[in-house]
Amino acid sequence: MTIDWHYVALAIGCAAAITFALRALPFAIRETIKDSPLLASLNAWMPLGVTVILVVYCLRMIDLHDTPLATAKLAGIAATVAVHLWRGNLFLSLFVGTGVCVALANGWLAGVL
Amino acid sequence: MFRFLFSPATQSARRSLRLAAHRAGAVWLGLLALGMGLGVLVTSNGLPWWLAPLLSGAVYAGSVEFLLVGMVVASAPLSAIALTTLLVNARHVFYGLSFPLQQVRGWGRKLYSIYALTDEAYVLIANLPQQAQTSRQMLWIQVGLHLSWMSGSVLGAWVGATWLNGVAGLDFVLTALFIVLAIDAYRARPDKTITLAAIGAGGAAAVLAGDAMLLLAMAAFVAFCLARHALAATPKKGQHHDH
Repeated sequence: MTIDWHYVALAIGCAAAITFALRALPFAIRETIKDSPLLASLNAWMPLGVTVILVVYCLRMIDLHDTPLATAKLAGIAATVAVHLWRGNLFLSLFVGTGVCVALANGWLAGVL
Repeated sequence: MFRFLFSPATQSARRSLRLAAHRAGAVWLGLLALGMGLGVLVTSNGLPWWLAPLLSGAVYAGSVEFLLVGMVVASAPLSAIALTTLLVNARHVFYGLSFPLQQVRGWGRKLYSIYALTDEAYVLIANLPQQAQTSRQMLWIQVGLHLSWMSGSVLGAWVGATWLNGVAGLDFVLTALFIVLAIDAYRARPDKTITLAAIGAGGAAAVLAGDAMLLLAMAAFVAFCLARHALAATPKKGQHHDH
């Protein structure tokens, strides 16, 4: 296959520039509300809110028609929450949660259960 | 000759690295695995392997890169590539409002920190206690995420569609990350109003906007924050203390 490298370079450059511009823009806005109570409110509220929205997004992406994978993910969520409430260790929670999901999704536990 | 390894500056740098690994190590491993998926996609589309690190290093925004590979192979017009990037990444326009960039020392580092401000970097750093948001710690977390993603894409391009690519459910690591950090964030600052507003914004956007829900949800949530701030005449002193 022949590849137009000029085009590929432009495509990558274009996507990179737009992504950077989107990430940089709010810092310019923030300069104008620096030291205002609004910024303090946003600092206090946004991390929790954004994280919760990303959770909702991930939950929505679970395809319930793909029953085995959906079951594995739901079990992974249960394991993640349980281990995290138990030990409160980020690494451990991710490791166990993802491990449970991957093991179930690939049928590695079929012989055990 | 290895004395520099024991100098106070190096020790402090190593301590930051250790702290960053403790915070983000599992996510680094996860991105390594997910990056492999991108590498596999690059070579299986007949593109040379080195395009994988180039793409993952330069654009560095997970989901858009997967779309880019397909669009580049199909010779999609640049306008379509620009529009797709704009729509998929527009949610990032909100992250900078509450990202502690002021902690990062030096212009070059600040630019890199903005450049590498992905979803994972935002949630891992913004949810850290304030005293842990140091320049070194933040940069190590971001460099680690970036390098893991890039090395994963190289590995995937080299080993191709063999082992890890056949493993289903690896992307769950990001779901688990967001869940765990949401639990931690809520415990550090149990704000029911914000939690419900975020669930509401996310749920409504999921119904209304489908796969493009993130932008709408983030916009609605930030609008809610602005309204809440405007309605609370004067926020009580000490209400926003950090833990």
